[in-house]
Amino acid sequence: MMLILCPYCGPRALPEFSFDRPVEAITRSDADTATLVKTLFERDNPRGPSRELWRHTYGCRSWLTLTRDTATHEISDIRPLGGEA
Amino acid sequence: MRYSALSLLRGGLTGHKAWARAWRDPTPKSRYDVVIIGGGGHGLTTAYYLAKVHGVRNIAVLEKGWIGGGNTGRNTTIVRSNYRLPQMQALMEFSLKLWEGMSDEINYNVMFSQRGAIFLGHSDSDMLQLAQRGDAMATAGVEAELLSRDQVRKLAPELDMSAAARRPIQGGLIQRRGGTARHDAVAWGYARAADALGVDIIQNCEVTGLTIRGGRVEAVETSKGVIGADRVGICVAGNSGRVAAMAGLRLPIESHLLQAFVSEPVKPMVNTVLMSQSLHCYISQSDKGEIVLGGNPDQYPTYSQRGSPHRIEEAAAEAMALVPALSRLRVLRAWAGTTDMSFDGAPIIDRTPVDGLYLNGGWCYGGFKATPGSGWQYAHLLAKDEAHAVAAPFRLDRFQTGRTIDENGAGPMPQAR
Ligand SMILES: Cc1cc2nc3c(=O)[nH]c(=O)nc-3n(C[C@H](O)[C@H](O)[C@H](O)COP(=O)(O)OP(=O)(O)OC[C@H]3O[C@@H](n4cnc5c(N)ncnc54)[C@H](O)[C@@H]3O)c2cc1C
Ligand SMILES: [Zn+2]
Repeated sequence: MMLILCPYCGPRALPEFSFDRPVEAITRSDADTATLVKTLFERDNPRGPSRELWRHTYGCRSWLTLTRDTATHEISDIRPLGGEA
Repeated sequence: MRYSALSLLRGGLTGHKAWARAWRDPTPKSRYDVVIIGGGGHGLTTAYYLAKVHGVRNIAVLEKGWIGGGNTGRNTTIVRSNYRLPQMQALMEFSLKLWEGMSDEINYNVMFSQRGAIFLGHSDSDMLQLAQRGDAMATAGVEAELLSRDQVRKLAPELDMSAAARRPIQGGLIQRRGGTARHDAVAWGYARAADALGVDIIQNCEVTGLTIRGGRVEAVETSKGVIGADRVGICVAGNSGRVAAMAGLRLPIESHLLQAFVSEPVKPMVNTVLMSQSLHCYISQSDKGEIVLGGNPDQYPTYSQRGSPHRIEEAAAEAMALVPALSRLRVLRAWAGTTDMSFDGAPIIDRTPVDGLYLNGGWCYGGFKATPGSGWQYAHLLAKDEAHAVAAPFRLDRFQTGRTIDENGAGPMPQAR
């Protein structure tokens, strides 16, 4: 099971977190349709490191970005989303 | 050699030493009319129907490992066509009809057992949704039968029907033609039948690149050298995105994982396939006696084929709430497969922007039941360069056009399936 180091709560087990999307799939809602389709509905889907958006849903509920290897589940570089609170 | 009661008897009397191998182990030719990438059930059925229905004779199936070693050999083998949306009904019912004749068609016992697939309802709203689904099916000419609580009890006496049940059961919806099959036999049977029609099945042959010139695919690069091809069909389930990337394509697919597990074998106690309208838990019993259990996918992208134990715990808890006697059994094995999750939960059977390159993928965790239908439809597309009416809605560009096929009505996220 993955252990994820929440910057606010410390190391917590996977079931407290939810995956949202790869960071590549974040876009502005006023982007043109072609860009929206490309960003929202197409994926690199890499086998290896991927920068992802997660949420500590059943903890402090904060949004996080992290780099996770999709073959080994190794996680690094976890950051809270946005500026420092 | 044709398998029959007589051949079995002869085999038995000669100590099972004289059986010929079921398919050849050919070295790849330098060129094929059609190369199928992926020797899972879908790839093998595609090759078979290409040869059988369309008379294509120069076909190879390239498999990076051994055939059926992917999701074909990892799924919980539930076969049904009790879908809500007309596009899914047409596709899955087409497939179910092929299942019904499969063992005869390929002269191989796939142990297809139409023991009935029941969706359980636990609340008024569940029962309403089941009634809706049943009506939608009936409208499409697919039999479905709403069951009362008593009818469920008679069909599945192992369920907890007591007043104190953790998951009270109000009734259910049964598709009597649904059931299970022996997954390995499906791969082996179609491999043997395709081989008999001249298809080269090449194992331990990983596709590592695609040669594309002037917008057209010309060859596949593999661990056994470059193989020329007029047409190339991608059929690699959880690896769809990686193979498509060899052609510079990004797909509406994320690779996630789904786990399953089995108990130690016991005498027959679950005689149908049990699923639920609200719970992520499905229960059946294999012919060996093991209770086969599955639950939620892990819900994050991964190629690891190794899931988190909390999913097993959740599924086991739900299963025990439904069938309390299961609490006495020990888990024998657990495993996972990499599933190609599309954004609406429906598959893609279509051309790609590269000439001569086709895609069959995005089956999520529900493609075993589609094995023969998917192959039949993909063969049609590969042979005619045009989708058959049943496969036509399953287009690659449907997220652009808005014509998505969202069976669960869960919204456009792969983890929402
Ligand atoms: C745990 C689990 C339970 C499931 N339960 C059910 C169920 O009850 N009912 C149901 O209908 N569906 C179920 N499914 C889904 C079903 O198993 C899949 O949708 C279906 O098997 C996918 O098609 P396939 O059989 O062709 O895939 P696979 O058997 O995975 O075939 C794809 C093949 O492509 C090969 N490949 C990949 N990359 C390359 C490459 N570069 N070169 C060469 N070969 C390559 C792989 O090695 C693999 O053998 C389940 C899936 C899982 C994981
Ligand atoms: Zn936290």
